[in-house]
Formats: sequence, structure tokens, C-alpha cells
Amino acid sequence: MKTLEELKKLRDESIKNLDMGSKEDEVRIVVGMATCGISAGAKPVYDTLIKEIEAKNLSNVRIVQTGCIGMCTYEPIVEVYAPNKEKITYTHVDAEKAKYILDELVEQEVVNKAEKTSLMDSEFYKKQKRVALRNCGFINPENIYEYIATDGYMALGKALSMTSDEVITLMKNSGLRGRGGAGFPTGMKWSFAAPNKADQKYIICNADEGDPGAFMDRSVLEGDPHAVLEAMAIAGYAIGATKGFIYVRAEYPVAVHRLEIAIKQARELGLLGKNIFNSGFDFDIETRLGAGAFVCGEETALMQSIEGKRGMSRVKPPFPANKGLWGKPSVINNVETLANIPQIVHNGPEWFKSFGTEKSAGTKVFALGGKITNTGLVEVPMGTTLREVIYDIGGGCPNGKEFKAVQTGGPSGGCLTKDHLDTPIEYETLMAVGSMMGSGGMIVMDEDNCMVDIARFFLEFTVDESCGKCTPCRVGTKRMLSILEKITSGNGTMEDLDELESLAQSVKDSSLCGLGQTAPNPVLSTLRYFKNEYIAHVVDKKCPAKHCKALLTYEINKDKCTGCTLCARKCPVHCIDGTVKNPHVINQELCIKCGNCFSVCRFGAVEKN
Amino acid sequence: MQNEFVQSKQKEFAELKEYIDTVKNSQGILMQTLQKAQDIFGYLPLEVQQFISDETNIPLADIYGVVTFYTQFTIEEKGKHRVGVCLGTACYVKGSQDVMDKLADELNIKVGQTTEDKMFTLEATRCLGCCGLAPVMTVDDDVYGTIDPKRVPEIIAKYKNQEV
Repeated sequence: MKTLEELKKLRDESIKNLDMGSKEDEVRIVVGMATCGISAGAKPVYDTLIKEIEAKNLSNVRIVQTGCIGMCTYEPIVEVYAPNKEKITYTHVDAEKAKYILDELVEQEVVNKAEKTSLMDSEFYKKQKRVALRNCGFINPENIYEYIATDGYMALGKALSMTSDEVITLMKNSGLRGRGGAGFPTGMKWSFAAPNKADQKYIICNADEGDPGAFMDRSVLEGDPHAVLEAMAIAGYAIGATKGFIYVRAEYPVAVHRLEIAIKQARELGLLGKNIFNSGFDFDIETRLGAGAFVCGEETALMQSIEGKRGMSRVKPPFPANKGLWGKPSVINNVETLANIPQIVHNGPEWFKSFGTEKSAGTKVFALGGKITNTGLVEVPMGTTLREVIYDIGGGCPNGKEFKAVQTGGPSGGCLTKDHLDTPIEYETLMAVGSMMGSGGMIVMDEDNCMVDIARFFLEFTVDESCGKCTPCRVGTKRMLSILEKITSGNGTMEDLDELESLAQSVKDSSLCGLGQTAPNPVLSTLRYFKNEYIAHVVDKKCPAKHCKALLTYEINKDKCTGCTLCARKCPVHCIDGTVKNPHVINQELCIKCGNCFSVCRFGAVEKN
Repeated sequence: MQNEFVQSKQKEFAELKEYIDTVKNSQGILMQTLQKAQDIFGYLPLEVQQFISDETNIPLADIYGVVTFYTQFTIEEKGKHRVGVCLGTACYVKGSQDVMDKLADELNIKVGQTTEDKMFTLEATRCLGCCGLAPVMTVDDDVYGTIDPKRVPEIIAKYKNQEV
């Protein structure tokens, strides 16, 4: 393929051939087959559908595997797009239910044996705006023609007809900021690398999505890999790079597989390789696998890792735009940032700026998880409030529990309280209240979660993942962790809290890279907003959430105990006394607080205090 | 004089050499080579690291440094089945630590250890990205979602029974 005209022709043909929902008599059935869909059992559903349409001889039905549909709680999901009809979403589908879906289709009536939902009309979708995720859950990520049918690679064609300066200006005008966490303006980053003279420059895609609880980059790679490839080529053209690397976590085998397929297909059509669109521009992409090191999400560490070394960060400057991979000028962009780019080029910067706020343009994808009803992947315009995301889209905490905190930004972010729920989501506003945008993990916690323990949990993570190069991070985080462990085990003092706070501040101020500089955030934000919980641990020796084992006592409620003896039999240290049909008693001196009695009691007689 | 390990794994070493020959002339091949080697051998004992050093001219010290830096590389042999519990935040707040404790109890080993019969290795994994299914545990490539610790014995038994 050498001209934009050819691409347009191919797009129109693809729309015709692939039934993207436009033809009169064809039905498109998509099965959500991202990692979470597959884990929930989408493969047998897909196989059954394929087998059944053959058996039923339904030549007008196309079964398509697609990426993440976004409603993780309802996986496996099957969606039916029939002409002139509303999309039907089937949830919790298994092989048996898959057959009913086809029955309903054939008989043109609702048999209602398969579970259906009309989530389309619900708040879950209404408040969302899909830009980075626009194709996820609709196209087949393993078929380049489906991407082309949705205007894929048109932006690359357009960019190559502009000068590289024009492309950079366009990116600057769009106001796009890095979606990996810090929010650096993308166009600005490109403009730093562009004027540097070098025999080789690099575009690197940071797909080392290490934040626990964040999975938007995985979803983009699994659902729309070509968007990332196209964006990298555009970036390459803008800064004068001919080579791209995608550094992706080895924990994401499906994403790696689909990327490899996408790269191969793009090469075959001449959309990657030599002389793309007859413009004289060459660009090719390779994938590189990580090996389980969180710090490799930091750009200088990531480049070390691609070079085959220990992934340790280094002092900046020099910035990667001047001296990056193998000492050459390099631009590193995150997956979600890249996924926005083709559409910004295609639709223009004004279109992009029409979403979001003045300082934070566009949309942001969040991975909603933890104690929330609708776990899933959501994309909202910047400026949406936390309340809208957690309650209107996420449906609040399940089981009638009370919302306690929301954690954004992973191990680098902070915990916010219900007082912050009306904060609009923007880079600056989140920073001002002590958290950060981060890559987009949003974990909701309810009354059963102990905030001191959450701070401890994140510290344990950063201690484990610190690369060890600079002392504040290597030693400081470890010291913070030991103080937190002292507090959760009931041995903390008020002086410990002061020491913890000053230590956290020092680590924040003096660490070498983003990992150490942000590692104290979970501690500082919980100390700021949940000080009373710390004090309860230290002074009253109680854990208000009844989570920290050392601070709990198990007692048997005499009125509820039926004397069934089950707890006594299950107690590993034989510290429960009592005879049949008489209330039992726990010997507190011997109790190791394992909680066995609590979980086996059928009458709710064992109480945590 | 070659040691026992090298002698018993001639075929594997040949396969690794074949791979190294295809990438030898590119830049930054160490990570890929180690990943390939771990695929072939299951782990990276010193003999394998020495072999890679000889074939690529990368100093053994550098190779050892990289192997010990990344959690995914292991210099010890793992059990036949790798049991993982996701300790990502979403899983943790939904109680994956209890699942981990139950597994440690059931297998009678600590996190990171392998059972005596070399059947199971228990690992804490980083976020697997299926937070919708939290808490999640994995056995090899099988993923088990929304796990109640009570289901642990049944799942482990399934893999034990496969052997019989």
C-alpha cells in the first residue's frame, strides 16, 4: 500500500466485507476475549458459537473475538449487533447459554434463557466517553482490516503528508499529556527530541504496566494493538526516529501475542517498514519483554532493561530526549497516551480539546477495582468527579458496606476520603489533595479495610521493588516499613508516628527517581486523612477495621453459642474449652488469633473485637 | 570435564545455542536470551549462565546481576506446578492474603518455596490484570477467580489427582 487513496479504498472494502454493523442482513456477534474474559471462560463460549453457526448453517452471522468490553464483573460477555436493532449484551455466558443466544437470534424472539443486560442505557455507559478505548470490545484485534475499517492508519497517512514540525505543533495544540502518571505534555516531549541530530533515534512504548490494580494498558494492547503501532509511527515521523521498541510486561502473554500479530500484519501491508506511503519515511517496531521489575516503568530504568542490563534508574538530566536508549535521542510514551494520538491527528486537536478541562484535555481510562460493584474499565472525560466514577459508573461499594477510601495512582498515589469525592479528576487537583493521577488504577476500599495496613501493603511493595541504587529509597522505605509493621503489630508509639512522617518527607525529597519520590505518598496521605486510625493502633491498641490480627481478640458470644464443638475441634492450638451443648470459651492466653473459629462458626457466635 | 547437569541436557543446550546464533549480532540480547533459556530449562542454574556467557561474550558477573535483579528469573528449580496468588492491590483488599495463608497451610510450605516432592511451588504474583475476578489465584496457566479460601483444598487436589 503506497497511497492514502489505496488505504481509503481498502477501508471501504473492509467495511463491506467484514460486516461492521452496516449491512442489512448480517449479524455481528462479538465475544470479549481479553485476559479477563478468557480467564472467566470466554474460550468455550467462542468455540460453541462457531460450532453452532456451522451446525445451524447461519451464513449471515459472523462471530468475532474482541478485546475488553469493560464490564469485568459480567464476564464472559457476548454482544450481538443486528441491523436496525439495539445492541444486545449477554452477561455471564457459558457454552450452554451461548446456544440460547443463537436460538433467540434465529427465532427472532426473546426466549430469555440467557442472562441479558441493558447496561447500554445505564449510567455505566452514559457518563463515559471512549477515545483511547474506542475500538476495544468491538473490533477483532487480530485482524488489521477491522482496524482499517474504523479509519485505522488514516492518521498516519495524514501525518506523513504534513511536515514533522506541523505534526509536533498539532500535538502541542491538542493539549495531550502523558497518561503514565506525571502528565508531561506529549507534544513538548517530542519537540525536545526532534531537533537533536543523531544517526539513530528511538520511539519507545512504555507498556510495563506495573501498578497493581491497573490494567488499562493491557486492555488497549489486547483490544486495539494497531492504534499503538500507528501512533508510534506518527511519533517516529515527528522526531525523526526509524525504530521503535514496545517494552511490555511478560505477565501479559495475550497482549504480547496480539502485538506480534499486529506488527506482522502492518509490515505485510507496508504500514511499517521501508518508505511508508511513498513518503521516504522508514519505521519498524520490535517488542521487548520485561521480567518482573516494577522500577522498569521508570523511563531511564526501562531503557537500561531494553539494553539488557539491570533495570536501575539514573540521574536526569540528561533526559532521554537528548541521551536515551544506547545514548541516542529517544521518546518514551505510555500505551494509553499513544492510543489517543491517531484520533487526535485524524480528528484534529480541537476535537480532542472538546473533552476534558482546560489544563487536562481529553479523557482518562481508569481500572476500577477493589470493593466496588461494577469492577471494570471505564473511560471518562477529565474533570469528571470521583463520585461520578465510583457511584454513578461503579455502583458504589457492594454488600451495603460503607465507602471509606479510594486509592488512585497505585504505590505512588494516595488514599482519598469521602470528603474528596467531589474533586474533579485532573492532574493538578489530585496532586493538590495528596494523591496523583498515576496510570489509572482506582481501588475502592470499604469499612473493612484498615488504612494503616494498606499503607504497610504499599510499602512492602516498594521495598520489594526498589532497585537499590539510591540510599533514601533503599534504606528509607525499609525503615518506614518496619515502623508500620511495629504499629500494625500493636507495638507502636506516638513518637513512631512523628518519625514515620519525617522519614517519609525525607525519602520523598531525596530519592533519585519517581519510584522513591512517590513511594511515601500512601503513608503521607493516610497519615493526613486517617490519623485517627493510626492513633487507635498506637494508643488504644485497637484496629478499627478489625483487620490487624495482633490487635484483635476473638470471643465467643454466650447467647449465640449452641455448643456444637466445631470451633474447639478446628482450633489448631486447642485453646477453646467447653462441653457439648454448652457455650464455649476461648483461652486468650493461648489463642494465636488464626481466625479459624471465626470462619467455621455457623451461628455467628465468634466475635472479633 | 563436564558436570552431570551439562551432560544430561545436551539437547537443551543445543537448542539454546541455536537461538543465540540467531540473535548474536543484535544489540541488547541478554534479557531475551535469558527468557529463552528459562523457557528451555525451566530455571537458570550457573551452568546455563556460564554457557550464555561463553556464547555471547557477556561477562558472567553481568549475567548473574541481571538474573538476580528480575523476579521472573530463577536460579532454583521450581515445582511441576506453579501456584500463584495475586497480591495486587485489588486482590489484596478483597482478601487474597487469606487465600495465600490457606495455600501455605495446605501445601505446608512458605511463599517462594517448593514442596518436597517437587510438585508445587507457591508464589506471590504481581497484578495479573484481571482485577474484575479478584481475588485471583493461578495454577500454571489456569486462572481461578473470586476464590474463597475454602476452595483451595479442592483446587490443589485436582492437580494432585492428575498425577495418579
